[in-house]
Amino acid sequence: MAEQVTVPASHTTGSPAKARSLNVRVWRGGEAGGFHVFEVPRLESQTVLDVVTYIQRNLDPTLAYRYACRVGMCGSCAMNVNGKARWTCRTHVAEVERGDAVEIAPLSNLPVIKDLVTDMAPFFDKWARAKGQFKGASQRSDEFARVMPDSPQRMRADAAIECIGCGVCYSSCDVVSWNPDYLGPAALNRAWTLVNDARDVSNSERLKAVAGDAGCHACHTHTSCSERCPKHISPTAGIAGLKRAVAAALKGDL
Amino acid sequence: MKTRGQILLWLAQRYSAMVLAVCVVAHLITIIYAVRTGLSAEQILGRTRGNFAWLVFYATFVAAVAVHAPIGMRTILSETLRLRGAHVDIAVLLLGVVLALWGWRAVFAVFQ
Repeated sequence: MAEQVTVPASHTTGSPAKARSLNVRVWRGGEAGGFHVFEVPRLESQTVLDVVTYIQRNLDPTLAYRYACRVGMCGSCAMNVNGKARWTCRTHVAEVERGDAVEIAPLSNLPVIKDLVTDMAPFFDKWARAKGQFKGASQRSDEFARVMPDSPQRMRADAAIECIGCGVCYSSCDVVSWNPDYLGPAALNRAWTLVNDARDVSNSERLKAVAGDAGCHACHTHTSCSERCPKHISPTAGIAGLKRAVAAALKGDL
Repeated sequence: MKTRGQILLWLAQRYSAMVLAVCVVAHLITIIYAVRTGLSAEQILGRTRGNFAWLVFYATFVAAVAVHAPIGMRTILSETLRLRGAHVDIAVLLLGVVLALWGWRAVFAVFQ
């Protein structure tokens, strides 16, 4: 696709001489799309999500993108900004602009539906494949499980539990790009929290599901996931824990 | 290959890497020593012939290489060239056998 440049109306009718503008390359189309260039007014404290929203509201209403909370809680606005996956709502333009330019693309390693929107189904399907669902054995009449906050198991789960499923780690993972079957950092991190959940009863199945060539043993410890996780979780540490748990389970029926 | 087999391969690669870390360092020290002190081929053979310590050391080194390299190659073929499956497993197994036989042949040649 040839690059097109779209300029805001205010620029064509004559804007103040001092007004700065940002040159924004935005991915348009599906997998076989290309970058389209927009000129967006550069504002103070502007986030990348503000830029995308400005484009859709003022320059091209057909631009597709996702967001919901705008405050780093929902994880739906993750995109590649200058080649790195980030939450666009929590990324100030000042942090990422190169000169007066920025490039915005959909997350990597996921099918592109349109423009900046990716299909997250493969990502969450892998959570299910990694047995990311809690399975307890207690009944309503049973006593509450007592989990001490300072127990080693609970502390390991705590370190990984805040994941909101934004897909930044998955998009940043080299191994996913090389092996599309690889479960990826988020699904393995989820499995690790459940392995450390004293109430869960399906760890034997779970360890089998997360082991092997498409599971934790495929991780190369590049740590891109840990470096880019906006919640500062270290899936790499969880994956290392899963490797240890799997090795220990080898003596059993794994 | 079943999951259990994949886990065992991973463990074999980790353990062989630990052995290689020691062997490579010892091998490098040996090479540097031989070059710095100007040992001739004859002098080196004089030290290795009939020496069971060198035989065991280099036979172990070769065994670790023969385990480590094919497993790594299997991963590279899978991730870089998308080559996977039983035919790749057999090919890398053969690579391991060839590396072991060539290596041990060389070790035996400087021992006898």
